[in-house]
Amino acid sequence: MSGLGKSLKIALGLAVIAGLIIVPMNFNRYGLFILSQWAVMTIAAMGLNLTLGYAGQVSLAQGAFVGIGAYAAAIMTTHGWPLPVAILVAIILSFAVGWVLGYPALRVQHHYLAFVTLAFSTLAFLVFRNESWLTGGIYGISNIPRPHFFGIPTNKPLPFYYVCLGSLAIVSVAVWWLIRSPWGRAFMALRENPLRAQSLGVDTRRYTLMAFAIGSALGGVAGALYAPLTQYIDPVPFNLSLSLDLLMMVIVGGAGFFLGPFLGAMIAVLLPEWLRFTEGYYLMLYAVAVMLLLIWSPTGILGILDRYLAERRTKAASALRAVAKSRLETAQ
Amino acid sequence: MSNLLDLLVAGLATGAIYALVAVGFTLLWQTSQTINFAQGEFVMLPAFLMLAAMHAGAPFWLAIILGILLSMILLGLAFKMLLVDPMMRHGVLPLAIATMALAIGIKEAVKQFFSAEASPFPSIVPTGDISILGHIVSLQSISVLALAILAVLGLTTLLNRTSLGHQMQAAAQNPTVARIIGVPVERMILLTFLINAFLVALASLLITPIYLAKFSSGEVLGQAAFIAAIVGGFNQVRGAIAGGLLIGVLDNLAASYVSTQYRAAVPLIFLILVILFRPQGLLGRAEERTV
Repeated sequence: MSGLGKSLKIALGLAVIAGLIIVPMNFNRYGLFILSQWAVMTIAAMGLNLTLGYAGQVSLAQGAFVGIGAYAAAIMTTHGWPLPVAILVAIILSFAVGWVLGYPALRVQHHYLAFVTLAFSTLAFLVFRNESWLTGGIYGISNIPRPHFFGIPTNKPLPFYYVCLGSLAIVSVAVWWLIRSPWGRAFMALRENPLRAQSLGVDTRRYTLMAFAIGSALGGVAGALYAPLTQYIDPVPFNLSLSLDLLMMVIVGGAGFFLGPFLGAMIAVLLPEWLRFTEGYYLMLYAVAVMLLLIWSPTGILGILDRYLAERRTKAASALRAVAKSRLETAQ
Repeated sequence: MSNLLDLLVAGLATGAIYALVAVGFTLLWQTSQTINFAQGEFVMLPAFLMLAAMHAGAPFWLAIILGILLSMILLGLAFKMLLVDPMMRHGVLPLAIATMALAIGIKEAVKQFFSAEASPFPSIVPTGDISILGHIVSLQSISVLALAILAVLGLTTLLNRTSLGHQMQAAAQNPTVARIIGVPVERMILLTFLINAFLVALASLLITPIYLAKFSSGEVLGQAAFIAAIVGGFNQVRGAIAGGLLIGVLDNLAASYVSTQYRAAVPLIFLILVILFRPQGLLGRAEERTV
């Protein structure tokens, strides 16, 4: 029974992956752009899911790290550095800044932490906008080149979509491994009961900083892909609302579930596009949809699935119990 | 010197408006653990309700009354019953996220049904300059400050001097015991939502003539109110008032003495310092769980 369920899951996963590779082949430019954006935002949301969903640290600064990564990549690639090097620099930079931002989390929690990170997010936006010698100010940076991989140019939308999808795959595997490693368990211990975690010998200090730094580094990766995706960046996309959007993606998808960010990013990126036929109303409908979903299930979409599965399991268990009981009775 | 005085008065005037918004924000937090990320949009909306009433032909005074009543129904009653009540027992975060979605919804609704452009808004207080002790000060700033102080005084009197206020405080501090001694806790929570709606409508009436009515103006206002609430003390009404005045003055002084580019950074850096070194706020009580 469970073996069948597992192979069904694997088959379903493979079908989705195959679909993501094959179906977009005849998409137009815009469709590919939206799908690439979905992949990039999923990476950023996965980072936030590590910080928030697994380690329980509220952060409203993920958008700022996407910005840091995007500017790092834009500045380096327009100066002739290859994209992989730029991504590496974006990771290191976001990791370091995320580590420093983690320090307030050692002192304050919950909404206080949310507001420190909110302030950081706005400060980062001000730096992007005002330090025009580095970031181009409000005029931004244009003509960001797309990379060549193994001699293949990715200037066309389809090859670059595969770059985004491939990066998403690599990040997914890394995160999957991380949350099953002792580190992931330490993160969850931090979320569930920091005091108990500490008394069991988990270095809560180090893991809190790590949760921030690793989550932020993934934000940096997303940014470093975002820059060559749009080929032009200015400060506007990296303001506070990106951080809020990313937080919404994580919660709506289901915080603390591995697949949560994939679904959350799908809703945040694709749902407004599907609602576009309603013209000016699409963001309003999107907001109403998010509110209704959260009223229905505060733990997000995967929370609904989780509850349903748990219910079915209890029902199956009680059915088994009833059968066993009646057998016992007839035996007597 | 006269420049500094004018800056101080203008800062206190905007600060007093921030204080109104911040007080409402802390009231919601205290009674129902609601972090209202839509608070800024709550300030933006009543001005548009009043403008809509005026477009429909109502005189200004009637539009104000209608606007305040509609705000109390929409932003007080409906907000509590449709969004907060179903979500309250699921913890702070999902509700906070839902208010973020609400903020997007309100902004888009105003943009769609009203206008994406900034609209002028009539002032309820006299404009112009007057001379105090030989210094020229804006009459509008003085009147706004006076009105906001009056509102805050009224609220603190209600909370501290009347039986109703004591019941509200009891409901906020310990709902279980309050219920045992016969305080209608549910009704008290509803009352704080109505008071919040009234305060934001008043703030809207005072600030919109200064900054114009625009669908996106809630972002800045909401953030200023958050900062004011936290700097002053998240769990104290008087903290929120002090925080509001302080942020208003700081903001105005920063605009002329620090670079205009980094003007917005000054309150934020101040916020980070306060959270790190005095997380309960300048006037707040320490909460064991959160610090």
